Formats: sequence, structure tokens, C-alpha cells
Amino acid sequence: MTEATESIKQSQTSAVGWYEFATRHRASLAAAAILIFPLIMPFTALAVNILIYGLYALGFNLVFGYLGLLSFGHAALFGTGAYLCGIAVVHFDWPWYAAIAAGVFGGLLIALLIGVLAIRTRGIYFAMVTMALSQCIYYVFYQAVDWTGGENGLRGINVRTIDLFGLQIDFINPLVRYYAIAAFVIAALFVMSRILASPFGAAIEAVRENEMRARASGYDVTLTRLLTFVLSGGFCGLAGALQALHLSIVPIEMLHYETSGLVVMIALLGGMGTFFGPMIGAAVYLVLENLVSVWTVHWQLIVGAIFIACVLFFPAGIWGTLIGRGRR
Amino acid sequence: MAGLSFDLIALQLFAGLALGAIYVLFAIGLSLIFGMLTVVNFAHGAFYMVGAYVGLYLISLGGNFWLCLVAVPLLIGLFGMAVERVLIRPLYGRGIDYPLLLTFGLSYVMVECVRIAFGKTGYPFDTPEVLQGAVDIGVGYFPLYRLFVIGATAVVLLVLWLFLEKTSFGLIVRAGARDPQIVRVLGVDVSRVWLIVFGIGTAIAGFAGLLAAPLQGVIPEMGGTILAEAFVVTVVGGMGSIGGAVLAGLLVGVVVSMTSLFAPEMAKVSIFALMAIVLIVRPQGFFGRAGLLS
Repeated sequence: MTEATESIKQSQTSAVGWYEFATRHRASLAAAAILIFPLIMPFTALAVNILIYGLYALGFNLVFGYLGLLSFGHAALFGTGAYLCGIAVVHFDWPWYAAIAAGVFGGLLIALLIGVLAIRTRGIYFAMVTMALSQCIYYVFYQAVDWTGGENGLRGINVRTIDLFGLQIDFINPLVRYYAIAAFVIAALFVMSRILASPFGAAIEAVRENEMRARASGYDVTLTRLLTFVLSGGFCGLAGALQALHLSIVPIEMLHYETSGLVVMIALLGGMGTFFGPMIGAAVYLVLENLVSVWTVHWQLIVGAIFIACVLFFPAGIWGTLIGRGRR
Repeated sequence: MAGLSFDLIALQLFAGLALGAIYVLFAIGLSLIFGMLTVVNFAHGAFYMVGAYVGLYLISLGGNFWLCLVAVPLLIGLFGMAVERVLIRPLYGRGIDYPLLLTFGLSYVMVECVRIAFGKTGYPFDTPEVLQGAVDIGVGYFPLYRLFVIGATAVVLLVLWLFLEKTSFGLIVRAGARDPQIVRVLGVDVSRVWLIVFGIGTAIAGFAGLLAAPLQGVIPEMGGTILAEAFVVTVVGGMGSIGGAVLAGLLVGVVVSMTSLFAPEMAKVSIFALMAIVLIVRPQGFFGRAGLLS
């Protein structure tokens, strides 16, 4: 970098400075926030939920925010991850690490399946096709009662201790459980940051910004979309697997289309296409849900109203609005 | 296989057509709104559900079913127009995803409001007395009400066709679907046309909900299920194509009804398999224009 550009950089406002710092060290910053998070959150169970839904939204955001495709079928990726992890524990007695791997694999596989079909359509079709296909996955798991427990959900995913190279980690203790799950989420954050910083990450955004130009530049647009969707499935599958271990049950509602809508809402609330957005969105959404459900059972009404307000007045989301200010 | 006579299959075919008729009405509203406004109305299922509940409410007040057939679409259509005017209009020109997201949020609000007003559990919906019983249609006895559903759908389709093809307002609607910019240049107030089209689309959804109510009862979640299935119909038929919606709606109804006869456990999954095949063979659907959605 030449001296001229260096001095231009320094003459810019301090607001730009923190923004650049945050962007460069985004994964480390998020990791630090996650590590100190339970110290400020009164309920560890809620904090674990925020981690898991944050990870789910992180995976979703790769498709929605970075690739620019609105998927309404991410519940299938999340739920399949949870079911495969649960089935591995309940029916095959697999150890925890293999079960989590099974969950990630499940997310990747279903994403590939849905992706291959949905990628054939473009624009607004994508939301409809992904939603319809995820509804199909819902029915498949619903019908396979012997494997999934059907309507009652898959019960009995009891992982009490995590055996880590001879070290016995007590998975029942809430705080220990939080940090065990946080380890996976932080690893996922670093992987996500790496993907976004890679040439492939640039290709993803190129496809979103201008499909024609990306194609003319020699990128295989269809393949980029499919790969991104499959990668997103890996993140969501991991989130699902962690959720299965955390709840020790997989409710069939995890595959419901409202679970797909939930993640759209979280990503939109936090700020789509931003690195911190999904985590912030998950935190705000779940804390709000906890507060509101204390005084009303009609939480969905509030959710819908917030959603409408977000679309109308805050399309950039919380983090998106903040960095919009910071950049100026 | 003694039970699977030709008559039984024929009857099941008719049952499929009645089910398909509901899909057709639902999907036509969806398609009309999309073709015109390029808005995918995720609240369409909620309008359908509210239509059924308004019918239930009017009948509990002492109204009869025939009155509901007129009043429900009218009320739901007015409500739809208010929604378009207040919530959706500010979003035009801001990207195709935003109206979709907004209507999704709206469907949450509508479903929860119905839960507050009518409770979480569903209600049965009595078939009007005149339409109870069955008639002989040559291959066996077929429920009269289902026959009525098919007939009512045909009437709505005919009226809609006459409206779109034979009136000057219909001409504007068709022109607006092609190229709203030129229509605006010619001095037509397109936003007024969009308002009315959204009203018509939601009115048909409310009408479909009312027709479906005696078949399956009413429950706040009834709109969500049919929404996903209607997406299948629009993908198979081609988005924005009314002829496609009719053909695909009937086809989906027959496929559901036939699989529930031969392989009941596959009934819910079969239509998605149908969609997968169509996506592989002809991604734009039966009548979809290839360039419309790219």
C-alpha cells in the first residue's frame, strides 16, 4: 500500500476505523462476544438457544444475504440435521461426535437434494419451490414413525457426558453445555468468515450483484448457487444437530415451514448480508420472545407485527442500520 | 383387487376434481396477483382461512350459506384492497422479496387474530341442507356438495374470463401484466388497477376458503397447508398463467385423490414429486413464459 492511500485512510473518520477493525477481526470478535455472553445473560438455556438459532441464521444468511436468494425451506436443512443426529444417537448408539457429523451430513445432503431442484428456477420461484420441497421433507419425516417418532417427535437423545480424549465433560451442567456448544458455533463462525473472505466468497457476492456480469467473467453461476446452498445446509445441519443434543428431543415442528419463516425473520431483524447480523437477530428475537411471552400467549401477533415493521421501515436490520451509520 | 372397480376409480377422479377446484381458485388468485403486481402473496392462505371464518361467523349470526357466497368474497376483497393500499403499495420498486416478506408477516398477524377471536381449536362447518346427500352421476353416488364446488368454480372461472377478455378494464389488466410502464404512459392509473386486482385475487381466496370449509372444517392453520400446495400448482402450471393454474390445479387434485386411493401414505408427498418432475423436465411450468421470472 502506498503512502498516499495510507494517509487517505487515516484522514477518514474514526467511525470507519472501527468498522474496518470489526470487519477484519469479525470471527474473533464474535467468538469473544459468545464467550462472555453467558456472564451477562441471566438464563443459560436462553443463551444456548441464541447460539443455536444464531448459527442456523448464519447458515441461512449465506444464501439470503450473500447469495441473494430467498429460501423459505431452510427448516428442512435444520430439521434434517437434527433428525439425523438424533437417529444416530437413539437408533445406532453413535458417540456424540459421530452424531454431530451425521447431522452436518444430513444438512448437506438435503441441501443438495433441494438445491438441485430449486436452483433450476430463478427469482421469486426459488422461495416457493424451497418452501414446497421442505413441506415434502416434513411429510416424509412425519410418516416415517418408526425412525422419527412421527407427530410425537424423536425422543430420548440423551447425551449426558461428552468424552473428549479421556476428558469427561458434564453435558448436564448448563454453563458447561453452553461452552461445549459455543465451541462448535465459534468454529463455524471462523469457517464462515474464511468462506466469505475466499475467492469463492467473492464469487457468491458477484452472482448476487450481477448475474450476467458474473457469468461473463467466467463464473459458473448455477454451480456457485448450488455450492453455496449446500454449504448453507452444512451450517444449518450443524445447528440442527446441536439443537437435538441440547433439547434431547427433536420435535416435528423443527421441520415446519414456520421454522423456515423464523430464520428469515431473524436474518432480516439482525441485518441480512452482514456477518454479525444473524447472531444479533437471534439474540434480539429470542430475548424479545421470552419477555413478551411472559404477559401474552399471542406472541405470534407481535412477531408478525415486528416482521411487517422491519420490512417497511428497517429493511437493513439492526446491524445493517448500525454499519450504515458507521460507514458514513 | 375387487374393491378397485372402474366405478370407484371414476368416483375418486371426481373427488379429485372437486379438491382440484379449490386449488384452482386459490392458485388463480395467487397467479393473478403475481402476474399483475409481481407480488407473491404469502398471506394468500390467511385470506383463504379468514374467508372460511367470516362465513362461519355470518352463519352463526343467522345468515345462510348463499348469502355468505356473496358477502364473504366482498368483505375479504375489501380487506385485501385495504392491505394493498396501506402495506404493500409502499414496497413497489423495492425488490421482489419485500412484498413477499411483508405478506408472510401479515399471515402471522391474521392467523393469530383469528386465534384470539375464535380460539385455537377448529370448528366443523355444516354443509348447507340443500346440498347434503349424494346424486347418481352414472358411475355411482357422488356427494352433491362436491359437485356444487366444481360448478361454483366453473362459474367463477367463466366470470373471471369474461371480465378479463371482454371488458375494457380487463384489457387494461392484461396490458398491465405485460408492460405496466407503457400502460402508465398511455394515461392509465396503474396503481388503481393493481388495487382492484389485489382485491379480486384475495376475494377469490376468501371464496375458496368458504367453499372448502364444509369439506374439511375450519381451523386457523388451514391456510398454511394449502399455500405450500398452491405453490406446487403455480410451479406446475406456470406462474402468472391463469390457464396453467386451472390445468395444474385440477391435475394436482386428481393426483392427490388417486394416490390416497392407491397409496394413502404417499398422498401428501405425491404432489411434491409431481413438482420435482415438472421442475426437471420443464422448469417454467406448463404455460409459464420462460423469460418472465429471470
